[in-house]
Amino acid sequence: MLIAIVLILLVIGSVIFHFVSPWWFTPIASNWGSIDTTINITFWVTGTVFILVNLFLALCIIRFRYSKDRRADYNPENKKLELWLTLITAAGVAALLAPGLIVWADFVEVPEDSANFEVVGSQWQWRFRFPGEDGILGLTDAKYISIDNPFGMHGDDPNGQDDILIRNNTVHLPIGEPVNALLRSTDVLHNFAVPQFRAKMDIVPGLVSYMWFEPTRKGTFEILCEELCGVAHYSMRGKVTIEERSDFDAWLASQPTYADTLTMPAGDVATGLNQYAACAACHGTNGEGNQQLNAPKLAGMETWYLTQQLNHYKAGIRGTHEDDILGQQMRPLAMTLFDDASVANVVAYIQTLPDNPAPTTIQGDIRRGAQIYTTCASCHGKNGQGIWSINAPRQAGMSDWYLANQLRNFKSRIRGGHPDDGFGWQMSLMADILNNDKAINDVVAYINTL
Amino acid sequence: MAYVAIADRQQELHDPQSFLTKYVWSQDHKVIAIQYALTAFAVGIVAVILSNMMRLQLAWPNEFAFIDPQTYYQSITMHGMIMVIYLLTALFLGGFGNYLIPLMCGARDMVFPFMNMLSYWVYLLSVVILMSSFLVPGGPTGAGWTLYPPQALLEGTPGSNWGIILMLVSLVFFIVAFTMGGLNYVTTVLQARCRGMTLMRLPLSVWGIFMATVIGLLVFPALLVSGIMMTFDKLFATSFFMPALISMGESADYSGGSPILFQHLFWFFGHPEVYIVALPAFGVVSDIISTHSRKNIFGYRMMVWAIVLIGGLSLIVWAHHMYVSGMNPYFGFFFATTTLLIAVPTAIKVYNWVLTLWRGNIRLNVPMLFAIGFIFTFTHGGLTGLFLGNVATDATLTDTYFVVAHFHMVMGVAPLLVVMASIYHWYPKVTGRMLNEKLGKLHFWVTFLGTYSIYLPMHYLGFLGIPRRYYAYGETDFIPNSAVDVNISITIATLIVSTIQLVFLFNLAYSYFRGKKAGPNPWEATTLEWQTPDTPPQHGNWGPELPTVYRWAFDYSVPGAVNDYIPQNQPSDETTGDAHETSDTGGGHQ
Repeated sequence: MLIAIVLILLVIGSVIFHFVSPWWFTPIASNWGSIDTTINITFWVTGTVFILVNLFLALCIIRFRYSKDRRADYNPENKKLELWLTLITAAGVAALLAPGLIVWADFVEVPEDSANFEVVGSQWQWRFRFPGEDGILGLTDAKYISIDNPFGMHGDDPNGQDDILIRNNTVHLPIGEPVNALLRSTDVLHNFAVPQFRAKMDIVPGLVSYMWFEPTRKGTFEILCEELCGVAHYSMRGKVTIEERSDFDAWLASQPTYADTLTMPAGDVATGLNQYAACAACHGTNGEGNQQLNAPKLAGMETWYLTQQLNHYKAGIRGTHEDDILGQQMRPLAMTLFDDASVANVVAYIQTLPDNPAPTTIQGDIRRGAQIYTTCASCHGKNGQGIWSINAPRQAGMSDWYLANQLRNFKSRIRGGHPDDGFGWQMSLMADILNNDKAINDVVAYINTL
Repeated sequence: MAYVAIADRQQELHDPQSFLTKYVWSQDHKVIAIQYALTAFAVGIVAVILSNMMRLQLAWPNEFAFIDPQTYYQSITMHGMIMVIYLLTALFLGGFGNYLIPLMCGARDMVFPFMNMLSYWVYLLSVVILMSSFLVPGGPTGAGWTLYPPQALLEGTPGSNWGIILMLVSLVFFIVAFTMGGLNYVTTVLQARCRGMTLMRLPLSVWGIFMATVIGLLVFPALLVSGIMMTFDKLFATSFFMPALISMGESADYSGGSPILFQHLFWFFGHPEVYIVALPAFGVVSDIISTHSRKNIFGYRMMVWAIVLIGGLSLIVWAHHMYVSGMNPYFGFFFATTTLLIAVPTAIKVYNWVLTLWRGNIRLNVPMLFAIGFIFTFTHGGLTGLFLGNVATDATLTDTYFVVAHFHMVMGVAPLLVVMASIYHWYPKVTGRMLNEKLGKLHFWVTFLGTYSIYLPMHYLGFLGIPRRYYAYGETDFIPNSAVDVNISITIATLIVSTIQLVFLFNLAYSYFRGKKAGPNPWEATTLEWQTPDTPPQHGNWGPELPTVYRWAFDYSVPGAVNDYIPQNQPSDETTGDAHETSDTGGGHQ
């Protein structure tokens, strides 16, 4: 008897839960409202069946609960009833299936007027590619991928020269125009999903999958990877900004083409030497770093990483947080490197400096640190050597006090909290696993042993 | 020599000589069943602990230093694999299948007792191999229970060296064990039924287990070959599933393989696997509902054909797990249609369970409570399946918490409620003692209400778009704080439900020694296992003479009969009333 009452309460409770629950679809931002409609139809049909079946179940339990004086009916079959139930169920299922298939027909058929762009998923970041003026994406192959050619562009393909390469986690798209996302992976399975767009599609290495949609609402939305892709899967996020055509065009024009990336000036060491004089005051003439001046060791840092961070300082992505006192000191100095060539020169000069391990200043429990570092190793490498393709800089042999400071900054979002610092934000999410200063010291102490 | 049907042959029994042959190297299907069940419970405890670790992280991100992302992904992987394969499959087929098939068919034992014994020991070996992956460098694999390549084999995934290999090797052994057991179950059902036990007189438990085993024998080979191919990819640098790719900044030594091929093979096994777990549950719960509502199962023949049809259809729906996998999206039309088609026989089963209760005389004891809990949970989980089976709606909901909620309701909680119902139901036969009723009710209420409060909110997190398999969410634009708070309440419910299972384990142990004596047929049931001369049944089950069956398995409350149940082996003239016509459903003894 109690069970029957509980069943009734559960049914009522579920209905109430549905209406008071604050969790429901995010406001839609694409043309896939038809998917929402299908889900709503399914919801109401299945919801009704759920209520009816369980209330009937409760009714049976109440009416036919055990009594010594009564016998159950003997009623093995009722062909007519069974047939009717089958037919009604089949009709209900067909009523759900039909709209679903109609929507899917729309989903798989890319409209003629939709513009292609490419989404590249890699552990654990997003990159994007737009066809240039010719409207054709150039050929790519995983075998061409290298630190200088992260997209794996086929150098001889003329169609690829004007392709526009977006090397960070943010992409822009014009509002009200259908786009077809061609999805490519350089390593493992990923999934391109934007909750507000409703549609999602896996990205499979070895082939190109596709998904079309038409953004219908301006704003910036989060891109999520929704296919498990390794230990940092949960931090593989990006952003898509939907804006007017004119804004989009301006944004796109500011991005480099493949040809641009080929003609980027190689840094000039001799010029870099002069520019480095300003850096040497704090970081030391050999880039060895100076803890008193809070200047970390630079010698041995990867070119790509130094370039990226200098550009971040210049753009105010780094060194603008109100609590980032030291970053605020660095920023004006980075600003003196006024163009890409100057950055390239000074970075090229730093590469010539002798790379001696920085002195050890932090002690900790190395065994525990080693345990923690297994997570770090997924990106920064087993030997803390850094892995360019993951955007993870070298750790081993660099200034350990600086490392500890930065981990604290990442944790508190002093670094990585800027909306345009996608990679920094990923690191923040990873730094969250260090739940106190001891953990930070332990892992840094372990890195000192690498 | 004239042919003698197996059922009529004098079977040679290997009578146990010592403690070792009686309880350890036993060829008695009942002992093997208990060995299977206890081993499955033991790994199940590991899986529950793993799920609690995930839940702690989700409710209080980064509070617990011992749950880092590696551990988290290893936990989800091992939790899933253990629950689906090493607990549920092993328990339903190796445990219940072994115990019930010979007893319900009226056989003395399985047809191949030695192979049956071997099946258990190979299963144990596969469990040991699986558990050993917790001890190797790098720990168990963290690739997700689907083990998708390329990720499962590459750096950046926990356990991509030792862990994944041990997982694959363990699966290979499990499949070997399953095959030895499975051939036994099928052969026993087909060949060793006693006189009078036609196929259409079999209890639905046997039908469910039988069909599940048939499907298992058809689909486990797909997992076997994909496991072997993947091991080759890992150890010998073949490229079955591995395309050219960049790993950790360097070109990996692979080219031309297809990750989607693995997914097809995996889900060709993986979807029927749902029914390998569900069909035995369907069968068993049908018998339990019928017994405790003192009424025949409604629409027996329909129920049998629904089991067969579901089993058949389950072989052609697998790609509904892959709608957005990057396979040719046009496949979606076919697989959505077959998938929704399967809802029809499944719905009929639900109707028939409820219609069995209609005009019944329902005893609300513990097995029945669990069975009713199952109907509720399964209905819920089955209906949410319609969201995911329909290709267009799946495109939004897949890979969110909606999926997690759905499959836990339908193939986690629902089958486990049946497992519980069955244990409360058959424990008296297995041990000769009743389980404690009060503890049983406590166990039921906490488990039933607790699991619903875990999974109901998860559906809504899925609607909101919260992705599954995320270690932490960090700052996001679309996840409100309330969604984080509800994770705390879900975790608390998980901890409570997990803890209450200790009461169940205590009950199992306590009642074994102190439980009320059960007698041979405490539930006044009709099926053969309750008619054994001894309780618990001795080796050989039936004493000197095999039973003869005169009627179907559901002669409850037959008009005119003295008792409200007539055992299957009772001849018509002893009931002081004729058995109903339908007791001959499906034709007489050949």
